[in-house]
Amino acid sequence: MKRHGETSQPGQAPAIDVRGLRKSYGRAAVLRGLDLEVAWGETLAILGPNGSGKTTLIKTLATLTRPDSGSVRVAGIDVSRSGKRARAAIGVVTHDPMLYEQLTGLENLRLFGRMFNLDAVEERAARAADRLGMASRLSQRVGTMSHGMRKRLSIARALLHDPPILLMDEPESGLDQEALGILEGIVSASADLGRTVVMTTHNLERGAALAQRAAILSRGRIGYHGSAASLGVAGLRERYAELTGETDA
Amino acid sequence: MRAYWKAVLAVVWKDALLELRTKEIATALLVFALLAVVVFNFAIDPTPRTAATVGPGILWVAIVFSGALGLGRSFAMERDGAAMTGLLLAPVARDAVYFGKVLSIFLFMAAVEVVVFPIFLALFNLSPGDLWMIPIALLATLGIAAVGTLFSAMAVNTRSREIMLPVLFLPVALPALVAAVEATGGMFAGESPALWLPFLVVFDAIFLVVCPAGFNLIVEE
Repeated sequence: MKRHGETSQPGQAPAIDVRGLRKSYGRAAVLRGLDLEVAWGETLAILGPNGSGKTTLIKTLATLTRPDSGSVRVAGIDVSRSGKRARAAIGVVTHDPMLYEQLTGLENLRLFGRMFNLDAVEERAARAADRLGMASRLSQRVGTMSHGMRKRLSIARALLHDPPILLMDEPESGLDQEALGILEGIVSASADLGRTVVMTTHNLERGAALAQRAAILSRGRIGYHGSAASLGVAGLRERYAELTGETDA
Repeated sequence: MRAYWKAVLAVVWKDALLELRTKEIATALLVFALLAVVVFNFAIDPTPRTAATVGPGILWVAIVFSGALGLGRSFAMERDGAAMTGLLLAPVARDAVYFGKVLSIFLFMAAVEVVVFPIFLALFNLSPGDLWMIPIALLATLGIAAVGTLFSAMAVNTRSREIMLPVLFLPVALPALVAAVEATGGMFAGESPALWLPFLVVFDAIFLVVCPAGFNLIVEE
């Protein structure tokens, strides 16, 4: 079995290394000197209230948003200088499905396979769809799929090139119980494969259950970053309330 | 380099497939261009003398406006479900997405011109003259597609995108439009349209260098 941490790690650099990241939209400062380090093979849940900058952080790591200042390295690659190389190392799931509604599931995966210059796209698509429990739906047009099925396809798209780093922005939203189980399976299998997973979530319990580590984002900075298991859900909730002034994620 | 062109062609393949399914862009382009040519034909009732003078302007204005319509539709599909963001996550230079979109729009516009041009000639009772008109039309269309793609990407996320696109795009595309009109008019007056070829080559060269750089800046927040 291929272990990403062993094959894709450039030197000894952490999977994700963010230093002093600042990002504003107009006058609204979203990220204010954020520091974050994620090791290879680690699963990190980023918790935070609405507007705390979770999505901006994921977009910055995914090279979709340009930082105002600070350094962002993904797989040891500076995203501001070599975004193209950094993108080869990441799979991204966001709120938006990033799929073409008039194309079928397979046509969408084929398109992204070509964009990623992948070999054996059909086999990869079939494998990814099978993992997401939607192999029989690949011939269906995305526009006719349920929200949950689109989300599964979106995750399949993110996994198509077998990236060593997976970035997910609230991946559980819109998923039914079966799909949530599949997602949990993917996250735990990622740890075995040495894949780094960074996910934002509103669900504190799920974040604590899925991730080895948790980070609480508050006022544009990481207020807490540590082991999710050692703190436990109750401890995490307490820290969350302390840092954000809110009772739940 | 192979990966780059594969990505460009993937975007073209995707746009062609979407068009086969929806028929939204070609239909909009064709209907608008034909309607404009037909309406102007009735409105000005061209004589053999006026047809050669005002006809080229009507033809190219119809093509440019229909192109703007097609560009708007094409980028609306990219906006739905943030589909284009998925393309931007590919490990290729982002101008591959830009050139893919330019090529798609160029092909849609060229296909519409193939249908509209003979109808225009028949309605305005004009005869096709010089074969130089083919490269002139192709270069003008390429320039319009290059500029239009950039401004569509810029306008697509604005609230008043239907207004923004023509406001941004038409002034910049104006030199290509003028060259195409002058070359077509010259052809009907018995002059060689080849005179306008260097102008359009320079226009396309400038905007095919400047626009991809602009696109890279626009697509990143």
